[in-house]
Amino acid sequence: MTNEEILGGIAEIVNEVAGVETSEITMDKSFVDDLDIDSLSMVEIAVQVEDRFGSKVPDDELANLKTVGDAVDYVAKHA
Amino acid sequence: MIPQLQQNALVAGARIRGLGSAQPEQVVTNEDIAASGVETTDEWIRDRVGIVERRFARADESLVDMASDAGAKALADAGLAPSEIDAVIVATCTMPSQIPNAAAQVAERIGVSAAPAFDVNAACAGFCYGLGTAADMVRAGSAAHVLVIGAEKLTDWVDPNDRSTCIIFADGAGAAVVGAAAEDEPPGIGPVAAGSAGDLAETIVIPDRDSFIHQEGQTVFRWATTQMAPVAMDAVERAGVALADIDVLVPHQANLRIVEAIAKRLRKAGARSDMTVADDITRSGNTSSASIPLALDHMRAEGRVRSGDVALLVGFGAGLSYAGQVVVLP
Repeated sequence: MTNEEILGGIAEIVNEVAGVETSEITMDKSFVDDLDIDSLSMVEIAVQVEDRFGSKVPDDELANLKTVGDAVDYVAKHA
Repeated sequence: MIPQLQQNALVAGARIRGLGSAQPEQVVTNEDIAASGVETTDEWIRDRVGIVERRFARADESLVDMASDAGAKALADAGLAPSEIDAVIVATCTMPSQIPNAAAQVAERIGVSAAPAFDVNAACAGFCYGLGTAADMVRAGSAAHVLVIGAEKLTDWVDPNDRSTCIIFADGAGAAVVGAAAEDEPPGIGPVAAGSAGDLAETIVIPDRDSFIHQEGQTVFRWATTQMAPVAMDAVERAGVALADIDVLVPHQANLRIVEAIAKRLRKAGARSDMTVADDITRSGNTSSASIPLALDHMRAEGRVRSGDVALLVGFGAGLSYAGQVVVLP
């Protein structure tokens, strides 16, 4: 899977969970500061990432995923 | 010779015969909490947990007071005299001390003297455990009518300055009377789907008698939003109905976002889009074992549910423990 494909999948998930436009969801965006996503929405995103890509995202790992790019890299490594 | 012990005659089915609830008078808004010096805002609380206001008991309003009030109302709703109640079960996890239990005092207050009376501690799942136990007692012939009450005074155990918990937890009580189904009546309480996750015991705790409640919000949120819809579906399957038959979904009122996440998963699995979903947390906060019967009683008063509606209940919380069942509303 390419990083573009992972980004596309994550953008769809973030859009569904938090209602953020997919065009806004780019690699350098911070979930909290730029996309206004709170800790509970991050859990919902993690659960959907697990369902979609098969990569487990435990809570302690989730805390390290600050940007969309962090999440894409994490999935690329763990899918 | 092996003695043959006589057994009670079995009963085909149990039903809920009446509901009742009681809340303290004191309404506490999000602004009130922010004004008390806790660093929070109305917007933050509504956004994270969905609560608009909740009720806090005064120092002289006890858990037993609220439980007795709710229990007496459920009895009146069922049209039963106290003498017709054979057992009292109180689900609670916030008694001020380990003994005496709440149930014996509640029985005495209501006028059900000398009734079998015991407390159940399955935290926020307690009402569903109590309801399942009551239905089993009725079916086994141990009791003709059982009064089940969920009652909590969480404010006794919450740090009023801890903004992660003081905005969520509140006080209240809700009750149901369980009795046998008549011969021409179908059973109205389905089998319980219950279980526990003791590996997550440390995620919701009151560490000792001098401590306050603490929870690991993210972990519990993940557990509840992913694991409780399957428990609810298990309860539906055990009751021999379909998700599409469910008129009302009443999850424990832990957090509106958990309630909505469970509803969303159930709808994806076949529950109706017009299924009524309890949102009593907005006005009552998280009242642990009281939240499900409180929500049912409030929804009935508001005309959002009707007699004969099929309701899916699912309680979950500290333990971690969970239980759910399908019931027909009285």
